[in-house]
Amino acid sequence: MIEVRNINKYFGDHHVLKDVSVKFTKGVTNLVIGQSGSGKTVLIKCMVGLHNIDSGEIRYNDRIFSKMSFREKKSIRQEIGMLFQGGALFDYMNVEQNVMFPLTMFSTKTAKEKLDRVNFCLDRVNLPNANKLKPSELSGGMTKRVAIARAIALNPEYLFCDEPNSGLDPQTANVIDKLISEITKEYQITTVINTHDMNSVMEIGDCIHFIYKGELWWEGNKDEIMNTGNKEIDEFVFSTELTRKLKWK
Amino acid sequence: MMKEVFVKPDKVREFFRQILIEIQSLGVDSLGITVIISVFVGAVVAIQTAYNIDTPLIPMTMVGFTTRQSIILEFSPTMLSLVLAGKVGSRIASEIGTMRVTEQIDALEIMGINPANFLIQPKVFAAVIINPVLIVFSIAFALFGGWLACITTGIVTSHEYIMGLQGWFDPYTVTYALIKTAVFAFIIASVSGYQGFYTRGGALEVGSASTRAVVYSSILIITSNLILTQILLV
Repeated sequence: MIEVRNINKYFGDHHVLKDVSVKFTKGVTNLVIGQSGSGKTVLIKCMVGLHNIDSGEIRYNDRIFSKMSFREKKSIRQEIGMLFQGGALFDYMNVEQNVMFPLTMFSTKTAKEKLDRVNFCLDRVNLPNANKLKPSELSGGMTKRVAIARAIALNPEYLFCDEPNSGLDPQTANVIDKLISEITKEYQITTVINTHDMNSVMEIGDCIHFIYKGELWWEGNKDEIMNTGNKEIDEFVFSTELTRKLKWK
Repeated sequence: MMKEVFVKPDKVREFFRQILIEIQSLGVDSLGITVIISVFVGAVVAIQTAYNIDTPLIPMTMVGFTTRQSIILEFSPTMLSLVLAGKVGSRIASEIGTMRVTEQIDALEIMGINPANFLIQPKVFAAVIINPVLIVFSIAFALFGGWLACITTGIVTSHEYIMGLQGWFDPYTVTYALIKTAVFAFIIASVSGYQGFYTRGGALEVGSASTRAVVYSSILIITSNLILTQILLV
């Protein structure tokens, strides 16, 4: 479990996160949603340590991550997998080397064991035989799947996904959503997904956290979000013609 | 940042593998341009020296001597390092800068890897190892270029040129050249690595970082050249 307690983050005078407290539980897909600029990416970056928080606490199973030094954070970071918006695959490595990279850096496995693990992860994301492809030869959906394979290579306890569907067509986006959800349940990972895609919300929104102007505005699940009666949430959820029509049905 | 760069690598074996990759990309891949520039500059230095000797009191062996001294003391270590600052420096800055703007550096950090150490340290070590080797090649090819110019134009005989090359040779000049080159290599790799690492934004900023890397490296090379010359030769 990850627990965020009363965190605040400023960029200069701009108060980006305002006293946010939230718990992310294991084995369910936790979605952080909100408009662009609401602070959800900053929240996720604070949680993985890419930004330092100004006050509050971030705990990984009672280990206070936010108070640790870079070296102390290392042990927790090896339990974290992260899927970036653009995939963030290493350009100079092929798919196999990308997925093998965390294993090379942090495991004591033999070359054969590492290769077996890479093949297992690539099979799991439905990309068998893609080992020798370069990142530049992959489609958007394949890039995301390779990034997921790399993120799960070390059997992480925590999985962070920053806008996993951006730039993908609805069908491919759905495949990625379901893959993340399956992996979360299968390996009992604490998964945090940062998204503003309502399709993802309706598909895999086990636990939804709505951020509005840097504040945690609402929490619930995909069934509850349709009937909150809250103006700010309704503006976000029913912002398109399609969702408005669905509501009236 | 230097403190983050020069710490013990996360995985020593991987670090040595990275050094070999960098030696290939920063050094071996620069051999072509090194040879071409050196041959032509060596030829030009020899011809200009020969045309400036307009008194019979100065023997023509001075062409070989002057070419050797100019090449070893200044051209190969300094001028070639400036060329490498352009070629290698821009490559390092744009490579690391692109990794920054495409979140590859964030990915390393989240994995628990010290990105400054992982990306910059092997480049610095590789440059400090391979650039002196390049400079030795440069010296050899520049002297060859001078000889080629002499025998093809007929301004100096091959015998006179070689006599000049061998005369009054002080091996310390080569040591001086190699020390300078190693310092310049450190400047190129670390300044360019720094510029790339702290890139923010997109393609435009990567281009700016690359330009800054070349400009700052060149200025530092010229400045440290003066200081090192004062310390090592005077």
